[in-house]
Amino acid sequence: MDINFLYDFIVAQAFYAVATVILLGALAVVFLPNIVHAVLMLAVTFIAVAGLFLLLDAPFIAAVMVFVYAGAVCLMIVFAVMLIQRRHMKLTNVFNNQLKVGGAVVALTVAVMAYFSANARWSDVSAVTAVPKDTMNFLAELLMTKYFVAFEAAAILLTMALTGAIMIAREVKANAGSTDDN
Amino acid sequence: MPDLLTTISLNHYVVLSAILFGIGLFGALVKRNAITVLLCIEIMLTAVMINLLAFNKFITPMDFTGQIFSIFVITVAAAEVGVGLAILIAIYRNQLTVNLDDLDWLKW
Amino acid sequence: MVEFALYNAWLVPLLPALAFLVIVFLTRPWPMLSSAVAVGSMALSCFFATLAAYGVFTNHHYADHPLVYAVRWFSMGLPGAPELVIEVGIQLDPTSAMMMFMVTFISTMIFLYSTGYMKGEAGYSVFFSYLSLFGASMLLLVLSSNLLQMFIAWELVGLCSYLLIGFFTHKIAAREAAKKAFITCRVADFGLLLGILSLQLVFGTLNLVELSEKIYNFEQYTTMGILTLIAVLVFIGPIGKSGQFPLHVWLPDAMEGPTPVSALIHAATMVVAGVYLVGRTMFLFTEVPAAMLMIAITGAFTAMFAASIALVQREIKRILAYSTVSQLGYMMLALGVGSLTASMFHLWTHAFFKALMFLAAGSVLHGLHHKADVWDMGGLIKKMPITGWTFVIGGLAIAGIPPLAGFWSKDEILLKTLNAGSDSGVYYVLFAMALITAFMTAFYMWRMIFLAFFGDEKPDNHPHESPWNMTLPLVVLATGAIVVGWIGTPWHNLWAEWIYFRYPKHLDPNYLLMIGSALVGGAGIALAYKMYCADQSKALAHKLAGQYRGIHTLLFNKYYIDEIYLWFNHTVVDGSARVFYLFDIYVVDGIVNGFGGFTKLSGEGLRVFQTGRLQNYALVFFLGILAIAILMAFTGPSAAGLLGGVM
Repeated sequence: MDINFLYDFIVAQAFYAVATVILLGALAVVFLPNIVHAVLMLAVTFIAVAGLFLLLDAPFIAAVMVFVYAGAVCLMIVFAVMLIQRRHMKLTNVFNNQLKVGGAVVALTVAVMAYFSANARWSDVSAVTAVPKDTMNFLAELLMTKYFVAFEAAAILLTMALTGAIMIAREVKANAGSTDDN
Repeated sequence: MPDLLTTISLNHYVVLSAILFGIGLFGALVKRNAITVLLCIEIMLTAVMINLLAFNKFITPMDFTGQIFSIFVITVAAAEVGVGLAILIAIYRNQLTVNLDDLDWLKW
Repeated sequence: MVEFALYNAWLVPLLPALAFLVIVFLTRPWPMLSSAVAVGSMALSCFFATLAAYGVFTNHHYADHPLVYAVRWFSMGLPGAPELVIEVGIQLDPTSAMMMFMVTFISTMIFLYSTGYMKGEAGYSVFFSYLSLFGASMLLLVLSSNLLQMFIAWELVGLCSYLLIGFFTHKIAAREAAKKAFITCRVADFGLLLGILSLQLVFGTLNLVELSEKIYNFEQYTTMGILTLIAVLVFIGPIGKSGQFPLHVWLPDAMEGPTPVSALIHAATMVVAGVYLVGRTMFLFTEVPAAMLMIAITGAFTAMFAASIALVQREIKRILAYSTVSQLGYMMLALGVGSLTASMFHLWTHAFFKALMFLAAGSVLHGLHHKADVWDMGGLIKKMPITGWTFVIGGLAIAGIPPLAGFWSKDEILLKTLNAGSDSGVYYVLFAMALITAFMTAFYMWRMIFLAFFGDEKPDNHPHESPWNMTLPLVVLATGAIVVGWIGTPWHNLWAEWIYFRYPKHLDPNYLLMIGSALVGGAGIALAYKMYCADQSKALAHKLAGQYRGIHTLLFNKYYIDEIYLWFNHTVVDGSARVFYLFDIYVVDGIVNGFGGFTKLSGEGLRVFQTGRLQNYALVFFLGILAIAILMAFTGPSAAGLLGGVM
């Protein structure tokens, strides 16, 4: 049993463990009847996904995933839940009446995707070429050169979206009139 | 079969991604609470990101395209969840509900 | 001066047109001035026309090579090689020169007469403006060098006819007659228009001279069948305009108009436009023997038919109207046997004596304050000598008594018809019909004269002779009615040397026929004398009317043609309209409403799917994506390429 095989074995076990957590977490998000629990399980899922990203040689993305998703997004959602669900939290996360039809469509979708991926022929180059270790440097350089415009556009999009979110969610004063400052 | 268990190929990631996407889609289609629908959309986006990074690692390791686009996806998802939650809060303020079964004004 | 008139013949129609504008826009408030403008312009036009006609008739070159000058009005199609070229122009040859002179001369006389006849009527100026417009349109028609221009003028004279028939707008009968005339003529004009358009389509030109050459070699362009169709279509126009059977019904009713109008439009000029048109397009009809036969039969039948109606009519102008229809039939007959010469000759003489008789009848009506029934008249010749004796001259002329004008032209037609009999026996029948018509013409005309001018005076009539401006035209026209035939005597036929189709035909004088036709005319007059003048009680006339009551009623009611048309309109036209109405209501509307109802129903059905719930939409949306993905994955390599080429 040489070192490469061992490495592969450890990676495989890690993959299966992380994948199990991801899938269970996601299922919990969908099936838990309490919305707060669902948000909590979402955070767990995202952290597991971040672990998966480490296996995919993307440590920077994994870090961003933890910060943005597991941190900021989940926090935002918790706040929203607090603002919206003012009474008890039981049965705040139930199904609607198209459960069976929706399930069928999803099963079909997954089947189709599974069929496609099973029949796909990838030009797998991972055995020859690996992702460089210092991904941060490459990402930084690419974002500031080749993808600069997209990067700035994304920044502006984010700013505008959050400003707009503030405008939409702002408490409307009862006497908001023409003389007040807006 | 031992090969499948010991060697993680691109197909593993793609299948995982597909299942995760399916779970997210299922939740988005059948949950009654609008916030849960948002959560499920986030799950679907995450599945997409897994795909992007997996292809990045196995097919174009030197290009970083998948990683860069993952960053953009995260950005857009954050913006989307922010705006979406703001809209939900505004709707709640008007209707005192975010139950999607009650929000059927698109009907004729 | 002659040269100037010859090359500026466009002035002839232009002067009355200017008079029309001047009267309408300037002189309308002053009636005498307006009439002076109208009469003056027409007299000047007549002067020019006379000069131009002199120019034509002193140069025999024009008989075979018409003098044509035209300007391009517009053209369509590619520049350089236009497919449609429309010109306006003047064509002067002996035929049009004769018509031009005749129209201007008669018009001048009638304009002058109208100054007396219409004196004191409301709308005096307007009347003269219409008359001037008519004169201009008629002269334009006569001088046209192409068929489109002719058609425009043709419609213009129809319009003037409508305006003038209905001139007394307070009379319901006049308004109705005007509408009848207009609509009947429009029906016919539609056929003519189709014919003209077909000529343009087939031969690519409407120019009379070019058409004449192209139709002579028509086999390069079309077939005999098409040419026959075109000839028939073109002939429909003259049937309406010249009052041929079965579209003659408007002409007697048109007598509701003022008498000068009847004389000018419905006797001398406009109604002969149909004859003139057929004469102008003779090159078309001579190529089609069937059309020629149709024209001849139509003419002969109309002549006899109208004459038989005229036998028993009572109103003086109505008798003259049927007489006009009958004489127009004569002219058509002449054209049908291929003799432009005889037809135009009769047109020429008829214009004089028929205008004369109408004007004299107008004078009678003027003197009797519009009492129209000839049975209420009598002995008028003593109080109205000029009117009476000129009327007698007209009567002699139309009856065909030598040496008056009518004799020569009628004799010419009879001779031509008789000679045509050597080609086909049917012409002998037509000849017999024409001869019978001649007898009837003499009879009914002299019946009217004896009843109106001779016999006892009726005590409640207080006739008086008309003023000089009415009697002067009578005298001039009476002179014309005597002398204008002398240029076409069989011994020295000056007329035939000038007015002919393609080449002059010389016929030897047929003394037997001459004596015969004069005797037939004389017999008619003698019979009329016996029945209506010699016997003051008119016992024979009453006895015959009683004995043949059925025929008398039939004739008096004009063969019930109007009633048949009415019945046809009420049952067939209205009935089919009713059927189409129901078809429209139930089938057409049903289809339209069916579309609407189907849309509405399907909308109602599809409304079920519009739940308003986003998750339903998302579900369907994903189903759609799945369907597309599966479709693309399993259909062809290019579809797989759209999936990223990963298959």
